[in-house]
Amino acid sequence: MMYTDKVIEHFRHPHNQGKLPDYSAVGKVGNIVCGDVMWLYIKVDKDESGREVISDISWETFGCTAAIATSSMVSELAKGKTLEEAIAITNRDVADELGGLPPVKLHCSALAADALNEAIYNYLKKAGREIPEMLEKRHAHIAKEMESLEKRYAAFLQAQEAAKEKEG
Amino acid sequence: MKRKIYLDNSATTPVAPEVLEAMMPYFAGAYGNASSLHSFGQEARRAIEEARAQIAEILGVDPKEIFFTSGATEADNLAIKGLALADPRRRHIITSQIEHHAVLHPCMWLEKQGYEITYLEVDQFGRVDPEAVRAAIRDDTLLVSVMAGNNEIGTLEPIEEIGRICREEGIPLHTDAVQAFGKVRLPMEAIDLLSVSAHKLNGPKGVGFLYVRKGLKLIPLLHGGGHERGLRSGTENTPGIVGLAAAARLAFSEMDEVAARLRDYRVRLIEEIGKIPGTRLNGHPTDSLPHIVNFSFAGIEGESLVMRLDEHGIAASTGSACSSPNLEPSHVLKAIKVPLAMAHGSLRISTGRSTKPEDIDALLSILPGVVEDLRAISPFKVGE
Ligand SMILES: Cc1ncc(COP(=O)(O)O)c(C=O)c1O
Ligand code: FES
Repeated sequence: MMYTDKVIEHFRHPHNQGKLPDYSAVGKVGNIVCGDVMWLYIKVDKDESGREVISDISWETFGCTAAIATSSMVSELAKGKTLEEAIAITNRDVADELGGLPPVKLHCSALAADALNEAIYNYLKKAGREIPEMLEKRHAHIAKEMESLEKRYAAFLQAQEAAKEKEG
Repeated sequence: MKRKIYLDNSATTPVAPEVLEAMMPYFAGAYGNASSLHSFGQEARRAIEEARAQIAEILGVDPKEIFFTSGATEADNLAIKGLALADPRRRHIITSQIEHHAVLHPCMWLEKQGYEITYLEVDQFGRVDPEAVRAAIRDDTLLVSVMAGNNEIGTLEPIEEIGRICREEGIPLHTDAVQAFGKVRLPMEAIDLLSVSAHKLNGPKGVGFLYVRKGLKLIPLLHGGGHERGLRSGTENTPGIVGLAAAARLAFSEMDEVAARLRDYRVRLIEEIGKIPGTRLNGHPTDSLPHIVNFSFAGIEGESLVMRLDEHGIAASTGSACSSPNLEPSHVLKAIKVPLAMAHGSLRISTGRSTKPEDIDALLSILPGVVEDLRAISPFKVGE
């Protein structure tokens, strides 16, 4: 299996990693197939012409080389875009921008596109705004996948909570 | 460019200089076909039979019990399917959940043909319980196949006890000794069939052998010119066979010394890597092959870890999901019940005869930072 130079470059030096301190919404998704997880944070602001744009973006990912590279790439693609433009970003776009992914790794780019979808969905929902049909549909599908993933991770998350409590 | 460090010797090993030297005359010089009557052929025949005798001597068996193959995958297939074909009334095979695919997949294939296979469970360290073998034996059991040492986690199997039980019950025992041969002593009196591959012991790729105890009947998988006493047709790979024997002799001549050194590395790795928070040792701490050690790191994924280490010039491997085409964590990690989140973050380190203490130092100085770095970009923050 071979990764493109672009994938390796983004894996080695990922852009926008970490957690935004003042994010407007977060999209949390997991890939059911292999148990990788991505959290994507967006900050939404109005630009001069009053349109809502993703003014800042960041992510945290538990995943393979491709998952980390696609996280980095999707954050680059969405940064500075209007919400409408960002909604239109697909996993294809992410994979293409990386110069392609090995076939078994295509689902990793879905992880990135899903996380962006969810972050925007959560932003609109929180703001009590109308949600475009496509966004709603994809949200329903992603939520179903998440449910099954969460079952698999329940024990792990529990241990996490226990550890945190001990700290706190 | 930094010095590269190879810690993936259970995947394959470099050919040792003395092995390469032994092989060289048989490519362009003594290139005869060992089946030919003329002097070219006889020269090759002599080399092959000498190699067979040397391997037999190492194992303390008869040269007639050694059959050269294209490697361990073929040897495993020949042992399992060859025996099944020879004794078609016996329709039950006992194996373990942690076998290499070269054993598991022939068993699964036979299962599709109507065979019943018992895949024995293992304990938390990956060990088969010999008494479970006894309990699984039936009237129509054809074969028990349990590996000598596991290729992912290093755990040694109780082959001697399993062999004793098989002997009592009159069932042949096959063992895949690919990782164990040349690393630990093998209880040959307990074993009826044994698979070995040259490229895991500083020999060439594409050659190995199957030991078959005298009296056991196998049906060949390859029919043709009747080579290897009819069990494995195909013009013998003379340089490969010579290399296999040279590698076996080298491994056995230095086994105690090398094994002690690799065991020291293993102890050190367990001690030092264990200090990284959120780490788990997969496999047995001591009852193990000397050269394989496997860890899991919570909160990170194995492939990323391997790729990050590779950036630093260190080659290791992972049994975790995303490295494999089926995206499932390895069946071995599942069988020893590594929690799923941990199974996704596994790292296998396997040393070899040319591994130096500095290589271990380098890994130990780089690994904690790499783990920390990947955890920093993971949503699961561990051990802070
Ligand atoms: C335990 C075990 N069995 C079988 C094999 C297959 O050996 P070969 O590569 O010679 O076919 C390997 C190595 O991949 C192994 O580690
Ligand atoms: S995210 Fe699972 S294989 Fe990449």
